[in-house]
Amino acid sequence: MSLASAFEPTRLVPPTDAGDDRWTLNFGPQHPATHTTLQLVLELQGERVVGCVPHIGYLHSGFEKLGEHLNYNQYVVVTDRMNYISPIVNNVAWHTAVEKLLGIPLTPRCKAIRTLVGELGRIQDHLLCLAAAALDLGALTGFLYGFNERETIYDLLEELCGARFTVSYTRVGGVSQDLPPGWLDKVRHFVDVQLPPALVDLENLLLRNRIFIERCKGIGVITQEDAVGWSLTGPIARASGVRRDLRKDEPYLCFEDNWDNKGAPALDFKVPIADGGDVLARFLVRLEETEQSQHLIRQLIDLMPGGPVNAVSDERVTLPNKQEIYFSIEGLISHFEKVMTNRGLHPPLGEAYGAIESPTGELGFHLVSDGGNSAYRARCRPPGFINYQIFPKIIVGHQISDVVAVLGSLEIIAAELDR
Amino acid sequence: MATADVIAALQEAFPDLGIEARPLCVYLDGRSSGQEFVRIPPERLIEVARFLRDDPRTRMDQLSDVTCVDYLNYPDAEDRFGVTYALLSIPHNHRLWLKVYVNDPEPTVPSVVDVWPGANWPEREVYDMFGVRFDGHPDLRRILCPDWFVDHPLRKDYPLTGKGERTEFKILERDSA
Repeated sequence: MSLASAFEPTRLVPPTDAGDDRWTLNFGPQHPATHTTLQLVLELQGERVVGCVPHIGYLHSGFEKLGEHLNYNQYVVVTDRMNYISPIVNNVAWHTAVEKLLGIPLTPRCKAIRTLVGELGRIQDHLLCLAAAALDLGALTGFLYGFNERETIYDLLEELCGARFTVSYTRVGGVSQDLPPGWLDKVRHFVDVQLPPALVDLENLLLRNRIFIERCKGIGVITQEDAVGWSLTGPIARASGVRRDLRKDEPYLCFEDNWDNKGAPALDFKVPIADGGDVLARFLVRLEETEQSQHLIRQLIDLMPGGPVNAVSDERVTLPNKQEIYFSIEGLISHFEKVMTNRGLHPPLGEAYGAIESPTGELGFHLVSDGGNSAYRARCRPPGFINYQIFPKIIVGHQISDVVAVLGSLEIIAAELDR
Repeated sequence: MATADVIAALQEAFPDLGIEARPLCVYLDGRSSGQEFVRIPPERLIEVARFLRDDPRTRMDQLSDVTCVDYLNYPDAEDRFGVTYALLSIPHNHRLWLKVYVNDPEPTVPSVVDVWPGANWPEREVYDMFGVRFDGHPDLRRILCPDWFVDHPLRKDYPLTGKGERTEFKILERDSA
């Protein structure tokens, strides 16, 4: 029996007896405007969308199952592959949850480094979203301006941890390696000199473009009530007037008061809120968040504390640095105790949920531990997956050309959608 | 705003359920992680969910996530599946987790899509991955796995390598390939 005849496929679009000239259009899974692999089945009346069924799962690769077999340090490699637009944010989210489960405090330097790379990740993500939005709506130039700056962030990340794309930077209780000498000056140059004029260019290319504005304004409106009820988070919810940002409401890392244990106040930034709820409002919120992230990075460079980067006070959990592993027997034994399959970390029996404000929304991991070396269950709360489910509701009634505008504004990354 | 007030409101509204707050995690040194869950019987879930959403003391207006844990070989576990609802109150800024335990052969939980529309896809994912059915769900289809798939891959008895995939394939050698 062939695979195709082995099952009855699910109805793509509910049949209708309206009797008019409705037709069905298959959009994706391979379509330039979906950027990744996702499929929409649109029911059209002329060019107007009257029904839409999204189909996802083309990139499902069992990340949560893998989380039950890899240990807490190994799994960070898998998190890179979720939202690969800003992989370093996923690393930080994963280890935020693991440290919540283990209950270990971080050093101030580690907190500052993680916050800084998290904000770099936010700039990286928003640049892609804005640039790709321009591309989808026909303004190719904007795409190039956005990608140029992303390239610099890749270079910075490469210098930081040796990988441009899949960085796997964090470790339990710390990060894989300290900042290289002179790195902060390069970041400062990036946020002070290089990025601001490019952002002005990008902003002008988008917001002084009448075609762009008219294709975004009043399209794909999400009301505040819907944003809350449909579990939307991040810039999409804030563009609909929901006042929630985990950095302010459930502060973590350097967004918390007294993060350096010497009474430092939380970092200063503003949370942009818009009340339009349309595609344009979502892009405006992202533009302003990029500005705020630069402001945060400048503060972090000035405040960057010294001291150890890993939580040395708790040698049960952090990996020793390579110097100790290669040149002392104690370091080698300590390393073996943590990486060998019959040793490793032993978190308490229980569950923990750790979440951070990722560029696309609340990215959290719900971990269940049975006391063993790897998680018993590693649930990811993927913001893209949960944000995407409102799409069929908001697209109905729009023209077919608006589909790409709305899709771009929700910022769907299929690898995170399907995990 | 502490979750203690939410628990007190729940206990007052549902005295017959014997609701008690339990910490999600207690660290080795005895501290609690500060996250708490309550256990709800499946037949009362909708009632409790509506109360938590609408009561001014709780105002759990957002369902952050629905997930499930297969407690097949978990130490001291009595039930098989624990469907976990992560609730969030945006006005009060507090969270609470609900756990609904269900068992084989036909694990079924009422769907909360009518209470929070955002439960739609997370519930489909739990159905796909664990085979827990959601009564009253408007569109309970598989979401990540293909339609012809028969297993539920996140169940603990499902192997990492894939059922049958790794054992029943034709072995090819260099000259037969």
